[in-house]
Amino acid sequence: MIETTSQLIPVNVLTGFLGSGKTTLLQRLLKSPALHDTAVLMNEFGEVGLDHHLLERVDESTVLLQSGCLCCTIRGDLSAALRELHSKRDRGSVPSYRRLVIETTGLADPLPVLTTISADPVLCHHYRLGNVITTVDGVNGQSHLDRHQESVKQAAVADRLVVTKTELADRQTVDALIERVRALNPSADIICASSMEDQAERLLAHDLFDLSAKTDEVRRWFAQATSIAVDDGRRGHRHSHDRNRHGDDIEAFCLTFDEPLDWTAFGIWLTMLLNCHGQAVLRVKGILNIGGEPAPVAIHGVQQLVHAPVHMERWPDEDRRSRIVFITRGLKSDRLQRSLSAFMASSSDDFAVPPH
Amino acid sequence: MCGLCGVLGGPGHWSDAIARDGVYTRNHTPQERRRERANRIRIANLVLKAYGLKLEDWQSHAYVLRTLTGKSEIFDSLNHLWLVAEKLTGRRCDPLDEELIVQLERRE
Repeated sequence: MIETTSQLIPVNVLTGFLGSGKTTLLQRLLKSPALHDTAVLMNEFGEVGLDHHLLERVDESTVLLQSGCLCCTIRGDLSAALRELHSKRDRGSVPSYRRLVIETTGLADPLPVLTTISADPVLCHHYRLGNVITTVDGVNGQSHLDRHQESVKQAAVADRLVVTKTELADRQTVDALIERVRALNPSADIICASSMEDQAERLLAHDLFDLSAKTDEVRRWFAQATSIAVDDGRRGHRHSHDRNRHGDDIEAFCLTFDEPLDWTAFGIWLTMLLNCHGQAVLRVKGILNIGGEPAPVAIHGVQQLVHAPVHMERWPDEDRRSRIVFITRGLKSDRLQRSLSAFMASSSDDFAVPPH
Repeated sequence: MCGLCGVLGGPGHWSDAIARDGVYTRNHTPQERRRERANRIRIANLVLKAYGLKLEDWQSHAYVLRTLTGKSEIFDSLNHLWLVAEKLTGRRCDPLDEELIVQLERRE
């Protein structure tokens, strides 16, 4: 039987730097009725105790194949834990959970966790990725971002950023931190933990697979990243903004293309880009106007990992251009724009296969 | 199987646009899938030419990448195209390389 995405169990990855309040957030979330049938996998048990009936532990040991490619980077321990958990679920020895939350260690790179779920040949038929939630310490967040690259990466890959301990910090500190993480990851929804009454829905819902009808979510991707358009004289326009510029070389920008894109050429271009610069592309999100398609296609990737593209039901607004937000370390937006434009232009010739 | 890692049943490429609930799908029939594959090889070759490489289909299930001197490697998914290209040529395949961009722009 071919499983459908609606049958797959969504997996939320909860990450954040050491002591940033991951477990405390999880404790609060698990009290929500929306999460009563959720299983939790933790890398380490911290000081905050979790009283949850479905709690498993996983010891970290990433299997990195020497000659392999990233798409096969699978964390063996995590894969085994997830398979075991699913097997218990099928046997009925654990409750039939409908969502899984994986809490990573504070120093973890979330990417191997994400690739494990997408690339493991067994897991990809049972689980799908949901939102990545990152906690940012309201008191020490700035120094974490200054000193630890892991912290920057965790913030950059998030779909939801939760600023914790805001009641312990003064307003200016929190505002400056929010401004900084918003510039670092303009496409993420930022939520203050103190103002969370029952935000489980906001944190967990509207993930990639819900996108087809959720135009608000997609609109937010671009709301922060767009700014002054500079006509580069080619097919599209370059958008850049100093506000999105960071001293640590992380830059968020939005590329736009006026004319419909060729899906096949785009796939080859992005695969080539991520093969060469995957470490530098922290995040890519976009809606594409594909030739011959009445509605846009949403793409969503973290470093070398690109999720299955989603066909949206309609455009989020009147703008029919393709828009792609990149969060990169050290890559230049004008070069990316030129490169993709050149791929598109050279691939369209008289012998091209017409779009469907 | 992933030819590089030996992992069985690896994931397909995200741009395959295969028929699956909830994801972008455009190749519903075998003819459409073959047409997409042929187009992909055609476009990839426009870029691979700059590296002295040629991509061919192998039994509609895999790809063969060859150098001008006949060195070749077989792989099953677009995931591995650029890794194999770099391995065969010993060069980085960078889409942001100025020389490559200029070459593609001249073709416009």
